[in-house]
Amino acid sequence: MTPPPPLTQSDIDGEIAGIRTGYEKARAAGAPAAHHPPRDFPPYRSSLLRHPKQPLVAVDGDPEAVELSGPVFGHTDVTELDHDLTRQHAGRSARRAHHRLRAAARQRGPAERGQLVELWQANASGRYAHQRDQHPAPLDPNFTGVGRVLTGDDGSYSFTTIKPGAYPWRNHENAWRPAHIHFSLFGSAFTQRLVTQMYFPGDPLFAYDPILQSVTDEAARARLVAAYDHSLSRPEQSLGYRWDIVLDGPSATWIEEGR
Amino acid sequence: MPSLPPTPSHTVGPFYGYALPFPGGGDIAPAGHPDALTLHGYVYDGAGEPVPDAIVEFWQAGPDGSLAGAPGSMRRDPVTGGFLGRNGVDFTGFGRVPTDADGHYTVRTLPPGAPSPVPYISVCVFARGLTHHLFTRAYLADGPDALLASLAPERRATLIALPEPDRDRTHRFDIRLQGEEETVFLDFG
Ligand SMILES: [Fe+2]
Repeated sequence: MTPPPPLTQSDIDGEIAGIRTGYEKARAAGAPAAHHPPRDFPPYRSSLLRHPKQPLVAVDGDPEAVELSGPVFGHTDVTELDHDLTRQHAGRSARRAHHRLRAAARQRGPAERGQLVELWQANASGRYAHQRDQHPAPLDPNFTGVGRVLTGDDGSYSFTTIKPGAYPWRNHENAWRPAHIHFSLFGSAFTQRLVTQMYFPGDPLFAYDPILQSVTDEAARARLVAAYDHSLSRPEQSLGYRWDIVLDGPSATWIEEGR
Repeated sequence: MPSLPPTPSHTVGPFYGYALPFPGGGDIAPAGHPDALTLHGYVYDGAGEPVPDAIVEFWQAGPDGSLAGAPGSMRRDPVTGGFLGRNGVDFTGFGRVPTDADGHYTVRTLPPGAPSPVPYISVCVFARGLTHHLFTRAYLADGPDALLASLAPERRATLIALPEPDRDRTHRFDIRLQGEEETVFLDFG
């Protein structure tokens, strides 16, 4: 038997276009906007065997549900250097430019204060500090790529880091991930837990990436892209980006306030 | 207050391993606590293969039933920047463990107290290939519970983490992402 031909970008593009057409038809027929990606998204091949086929079971109307509360973190859980990924080593990290990320986290209502924000990313060459990342780009001894911070009273957070490089992966032939930073957020309830990725504006790889395109709703996709904000840039130092994060899901306090 | 559209979820990807796990992430119970129990199991995919790159989080009430939690799950050493482990006194109620190369995870914790009549630990699963995390519950016993009562018996069984007869205070909870005996996953709206 001859092995199947390698999966090409145009195969993936065709699958993504088909799913999008189906979504847009459903929207035109009155379906609500899908804010999150479907768990079953075949163009992202790793999703095939890792999504449930049974519908999720709704748990609503139980005010005692443990998930309406959530873990708490405090200043013992972060250190002074955690928010500046360029200062965690003695030397200077390889970079094109430092980037300052600044924005706020909120739930669909009020700002989320004192919540843990974690991020991780590849270095400027597109390589993760992870043994299983075999992308033949150099590791950077002065850059690990992990950050943590607690949100302020207004829900704001701020990190200083470098722009990660794009990197190849094996979803299909010639697959490249656009530059992105992974984020993990806690809200005031476990239901609000969010893990996601932030992108930089105008990246030419957006259209080719089945992970970004797993968010089929165009407006929702746009919410994953940070905005350049010149007022956040610092002379001779860093370019500023703003990326607001809005957490989904009910919480005990939110329900008490009448949603 | 206007309701803002939420930020979409994305997969955790394959390379979170140097960022999200932390030493002592599965040690929710204070070391040597006489009431500590072990919850462990495997994560499987739709082909029945273990998932070696999942990361599983746990949230639960304290033994007194409190859902207030406490900071300090990731307590840090300001001198080295390293992780110190929990302080051994406060019950944080939070755990985070990656699956190992066999797709296996273990946490040590204290049994959750009231308010729920049947004690359960809330579980959140992340993995490469999973575009949006999945919530489930590990019930440490079967009993009267609104969610359990709403499920067919074979589905209900996927949420019960029964004590293992040949091990002391040890409960087994496997998570099947897809297929036969697929775990019940939850939607909180
Ligand atoms: Fe990545």
